[in-house]
Amino acid sequence: MAVCIAVIAKENYPLYIRSTPTESELKFHYMVHTSLDVVDEKISAMGKALVDQRELYLGLLYPTEDYKVYGYVTNSKVKFVMVVDSSNTALRDNEIRSMFRKLHNSYTDVMCNPFYNPGDRIQSRAFDTMVTSMMIQVC
Amino acid sequence: MDAPEEPQPPVVYTMENKPIVTCAGDQNLFTSIYPTLSQQLPREPMEWRRSYGRAPKMIHLESNFVQFKEELLPKEGNKALLTFPFLHIYWTECCDTEVYKATVKDDLTKWQNVLKAHSSVDWLIVVVENDAKKKNKTNILPRTSIVDKIRNDFCNKQSDRCVVLSDPLKDSSRTQESWNAFLTKLRTLLLMSFTKNLGKFEDDMRTLREKRTEPGWSFCEYFMVQEELAFVFEMLQQFEDALVQYDELDALFSQYVVNFGAGDGANWLTFFCQPVKSWNGLVLRKPIDMEKRELIQKQEATLLDLRSYLFSRQCTLLLFLQRPWEVAQRALELLHSCVQELKLLEVSVPPGALDCWVFLSCLEVLQRIEGCCDRAQIDSNIAHMVGLWSYAMEKLKSLGYLCGLVSEKGPNSEDLNRTVDLLAGLGAERPETANTAQSPYKKLQEALSSVEAFEKHYLDLSHATIEMYTSIGRIRSAKLVGKDLAEFYMRKRSPQKAEMYLQGALKNYLAEGWALPVTHTRKQLAECQKHLGQMENYLQTSSLLASDHHLTEEERKYFCQEILSFASQQEDNPGHKVVLPMQFARLKDLHFDPPNAVVHAGGVLTVEITVCSQMPIPVHVDQIAVNVHFSIEKNNYRKTAEWLTKHKTSNGIITFPAEASLFPASQNSLPALELSEMLERSPSDNSLNTTGIICRNVHMLLRRQESGSSLEPPSGLALEDGAHVLRCSSVTLQPGANKIAFKTQAKEPGTYTLRQLRASVGPVWFVLAHIHPIVQYDVYSQEPQLHVEPLADSLLAGIPQKVKFTVTTGHYTVKNGDSLQLSNVEAMLILCQAENRAVVYSNSREECSTALLRIQSSDKVTSIGLPTAPAYHVIEFELEVLSLPSAPASGGDTSVPGTPELHRKQKDSQRAGHCMVTTDHKVSIDCPWSIYSTVIALTFSVPFRTEHSLLSAGTRKYVQVCVQNLSELDFELSDSNLEDKGHATDLRLAPLNTQSQQLIHSKQSVFFVWELTWTQEPPPPLHCQFSVGFSPASEEQLTVSLKPYTYEFQVENFFTLYSVRAEILPASGAEYCKTGSLCSLEVSITRLADLLDVDKDEALVESEDYFSTKLMYEVVDNSSNWAVCGKSCGVIAMPLAAQATHRVHMEVMPLFAGYLPLPDVRLFKYLPHHSAHASQLDADSWIENDSLSVDKHLDDQLDCSSLRSRGSTHSTSSSEHKGLPMPRLQALPAGQVFNSSTGMQVLVIPSQDDHVLEVSVT
Repeated sequence: MAVCIAVIAKENYPLYIRSTPTESELKFHYMVHTSLDVVDEKISAMGKALVDQRELYLGLLYPTEDYKVYGYVTNSKVKFVMVVDSSNTALRDNEIRSMFRKLHNSYTDVMCNPFYNPGDRIQSRAFDTMVTSMMIQVC
Repeated sequence: MDAPEEPQPPVVYTMENKPIVTCAGDQNLFTSIYPTLSQQLPREPMEWRRSYGRAPKMIHLESNFVQFKEELLPKEGNKALLTFPFLHIYWTECCDTEVYKATVKDDLTKWQNVLKAHSSVDWLIVVVENDAKKKNKTNILPRTSIVDKIRNDFCNKQSDRCVVLSDPLKDSSRTQESWNAFLTKLRTLLLMSFTKNLGKFEDDMRTLREKRTEPGWSFCEYFMVQEELAFVFEMLQQFEDALVQYDELDALFSQYVVNFGAGDGANWLTFFCQPVKSWNGLVLRKPIDMEKRELIQKQEATLLDLRSYLFSRQCTLLLFLQRPWEVAQRALELLHSCVQELKLLEVSVPPGALDCWVFLSCLEVLQRIEGCCDRAQIDSNIAHMVGLWSYAMEKLKSLGYLCGLVSEKGPNSEDLNRTVDLLAGLGAERPETANTAQSPYKKLQEALSSVEAFEKHYLDLSHATIEMYTSIGRIRSAKLVGKDLAEFYMRKRSPQKAEMYLQGALKNYLAEGWALPVTHTRKQLAECQKHLGQMENYLQTSSLLASDHHLTEEERKYFCQEILSFASQQEDNPGHKVVLPMQFARLKDLHFDPPNAVVHAGGVLTVEITVCSQMPIPVHVDQIAVNVHFSIEKNNYRKTAEWLTKHKTSNGIITFPAEASLFPASQNSLPALELSEMLERSPSDNSLNTTGIICRNVHMLLRRQESGSSLEPPSGLALEDGAHVLRCSSVTLQPGANKIAFKTQAKEPGTYTLRQLRASVGPVWFVLAHIHPIVQYDVYSQEPQLHVEPLADSLLAGIPQKVKFTVTTGHYTVKNGDSLQLSNVEAMLILCQAENRAVVYSNSREECSTALLRIQSSDKVTSIGLPTAPAYHVIEFELEVLSLPSAPASGGDTSVPGTPELHRKQKDSQRAGHCMVTTDHKVSIDCPWSIYSTVIALTFSVPFRTEHSLLSAGTRKYVQVCVQNLSELDFELSDSNLEDKGHATDLRLAPLNTQSQQLIHSKQSVFFVWELTWTQEPPPPLHCQFSVGFSPASEEQLTVSLKPYTYEFQVENFFTLYSVRAEILPASGAEYCKTGSLCSLEVSITRLADLLDVDKDEALVESEDYFSTKLMYEVVDNSSNWAVCGKSCGVIAMPLAAQATHRVHMEVMPLFAGYLPLPDVRLFKYLPHHSAHASQLDADSWIENDSLSVDKHLDDQLDCSSLRSRGSTHSTSSSEHKGLPMPRLQALPAGQVFNSSTGMQVLVIPSQDDHVLEVSVT
């Protein structure tokens, strides 16, 4: 499954970012941050079409030798970025899509929490558990 | 028919390949036609319908015409498609039956037999007709016969296999037609053949593919078969279809690799797992890389070979399809997947070999694309290429690190060996690029050859990549590459070049709030700055890093120690200051004592701040200081008081907002929306035009975000100089919260603003440039003040009231013997009580002491001795004052009580309703601190309001006085008395009040009644004064005697002159009045006295021996119980004699059943219009009277008079009414008319059928 999952605010600062293994955390931070370039590009390229078709999934942002970075953007321009190991060939587009949808649902739940301040870092345990379930378990 | 044993040599695969069509028969004929044929055939496209539901395509056909040979026909099992003859044509121009029978028929038969033997059914016989030939031979058969014969002989059921081409070399319309028919036929047959043969081929191929699970199946064999199909499609210019073949092969192979990874290995795949020995990259410059193809054919290809070949074919086709950007994209995918596949298949690869392969391939793809696109195209599609650039750069970098080209000392022998091995794997340069100077091969070889060359190539690549990223707006990617470059520079010991890139990247990360990259980059920057010797920057970065929680404890300690050791080193160099922004510590809150942060001059103020140190270890600070800005503001106290309620918590603690460094500053510093509603009204009629919400701080919200320049505070911080500094020396800041208290004695009055917080460690000064929100304290100096205010809401006149004196000493110190001198006012007494105490409070409202007041009164002055009190204290005491009721007015003007001023107020207040009458007393006070007197006005309210009224019972008269208590207090009334002021001897007032003492509650009234008797008729006017003693009901004992409350009034004309009596009688014969039926109303007006003085007015008519006066009566029923039928009013002449009675009869109709009150009968004096001056007056009085009633009376008048004119002979009066002078009505004074039937009721019973009663009264 995913090795890094990030939720990024409209203003491009991370609301939530988790990666595994933790040693390469920094690398993933750089990777996710860089991928925002492509996210921005795709959003502006899609422009109105995106709004009309309500297609939130941005697809593969860019592949690297070892990882594939996928993107997803909500209507409020909150971005989800997921990094998947390239060697994990079992993950097809459809699986990625459904993972994003799951992530989006969980994020919506977080936003619905009246005690959550939009724009704050996400510290919800439920969200954390969900993300954990989508990441590789390092044993 | 012996077929040659040797397999046919491979055809040269170039784009010149065309489908093969064989020609048999008359070769000379064909040669003559060939140029036209080859030119005409591709001219028009033909629709190719495809099997398997594939979309039909328009296709331009071309053919390679070759002479028919039996060897050309494929043998059984030969899968070659490129050499496959798709159509066989036999040419003849025979027109002679004899010749046909002799030679042509045999030849045709032989040809047909060969075709049949190879089961080829795609053939065509062309008969060329030539008019010229026909003319030569006269006995020729009709031309059709030869064709018929051929058709008959060879084309059984397939007559379309024989076509006629007439005069092919002429330029006539018939020729054209015949050509067209022929070409169409030829194209159709060719396509039929394609469909059939390709279909068959595809079927075979599919069959072969389905066998892939069988053990002996070989991917390479299958590859060659499917590629054959791809070739044919390519030959037919169907590049899309050709590409599909390769994509299918690609997918098939990829799937096998994936399956292999999942443990499902195919035997043939193990062959591809042989160790990589050659990594010479992709070759894209030839349409077909025959070397690699041969390797595949021989089943000797490695994974990289297969992939390279496959991609080179895909690349070629994509370029034919004008899709170069897809090449770039696919190339990147290919390179990534190859690396992955090699890993997955666990192929042994020498270190660096793949890097070489990827590097070469990237450059090869880029060069290939650049070779076929122009500059503009490339520039607009950088986004597709930049990935390859950055990949190539990455690989070159890792090669550089691998071969020791990045290290300072250069490569060692081990590195060199590795380099040699890598170069060996490249093999020799390929011939097609040998002459290109910038070939990937040469580049790589050069880059690996020396440290300098590597640096050059690496920098070239990096800069190109950064430039490309920047140009397409991928700033983040550009920054990341820049950071890599910075790392490279750091290794090359050129930190000055690295700094720029690090700063750029750091700014980017800070702006977007990415904590981890910020920390990492900052760490690199710190190292860079240290190398550069930028001490201030380094210390600043260090202080940031020392307080960065993303670093380990050790790292933070290290950076903290760096600062401290710098500080200790520089101690011997006094005067040199290093000013740094304070980032290691955060100001958390600030606490003032006194809490309101207001202190009087000379007072002591304490400021306690809480500073959160983020340092990992305790830091000893030489001094902590707060720079204070002083400004003189005159209105400081009030401003501060207002400000306090707004900004400061009541406990004097100011909390500074936590700056979460995680979020970008742009996010934090944005103020909240300040929305307010906006209504815009039209200026003319004030109607609402627009409404909306406006944002008041748009300028704050929408201003352009400075691109992070303000995020990293500029190092050029200045220490503010100022005389006012709060200091605290030698403080050790522990990690976490530290409380530091500053104490200061206030000096000059004014506002002090806390500006800078700074902490010094040796020569290092940490400065918090601005304390935000603004923190201020105020020092004030106050003039002494005296306040006098009533203790209750309002002071009541007549009873003792408490007044509070407040002396605010300000800067004045009250000495022993200081006193307030109050000038006495006549009507206000200051009551001196024995137990008056003064209380002294401190500035913060704490009670200090109490003292007895010394009050000394003289005639004019009351002196109050003040207790001693220090400056900025408050003395409070209370005094009782009594406002005496104003002296009763003397003399003849007795109708007006009190002073004129008072009277006016009374009038006003009566009009306003229940307001109390007030009197003001002005007291002038001399204070010891001032030479001027203070004048204080005290307002007292009279608690009562009094009204009188005259009551009649026949001829007996009563005076009623109503006293209303308007205050909130209850009073006890006593000794009520009504006294005739006129001292008329023949008038007597007999009180009917029993109680001498009476309680009057708040907002309630008490009535007093006296009967008025007189001895002489008519009685004179009564002028009297009402007085009543009062005291507050709650007070038990009053020390002073209170003056009674008085009220003066006058009663006149109270003698009864007329008695009115009304009676309602049922209709004659009826027992009761009934609703709806007429009843009679009898009104009798009786004169009770003879002519009196009061009757002597204009209405008086003197005729012969008796006097009469004119009266008007009017029957009014305000409650609509009665309908008056006929006229309701009339004028009567009343004789002025005792017991003279006038009776009026009227008809009224009850409208309701029940006990109904009688209608009112009103009596007016009817004044005629005698004189001109009277009429003038009249006009005024008409107006002054209720105009509505005037009109009404006028109508009545007319009505009455017309009626009267019928009854009597007063015809003149009617004409007079039209003139301007009109008669007027005057109400009789209340006492003169007594209505004896007031309050009487009459019983009305409902009529039997009065469910609905309609009465219309006109």
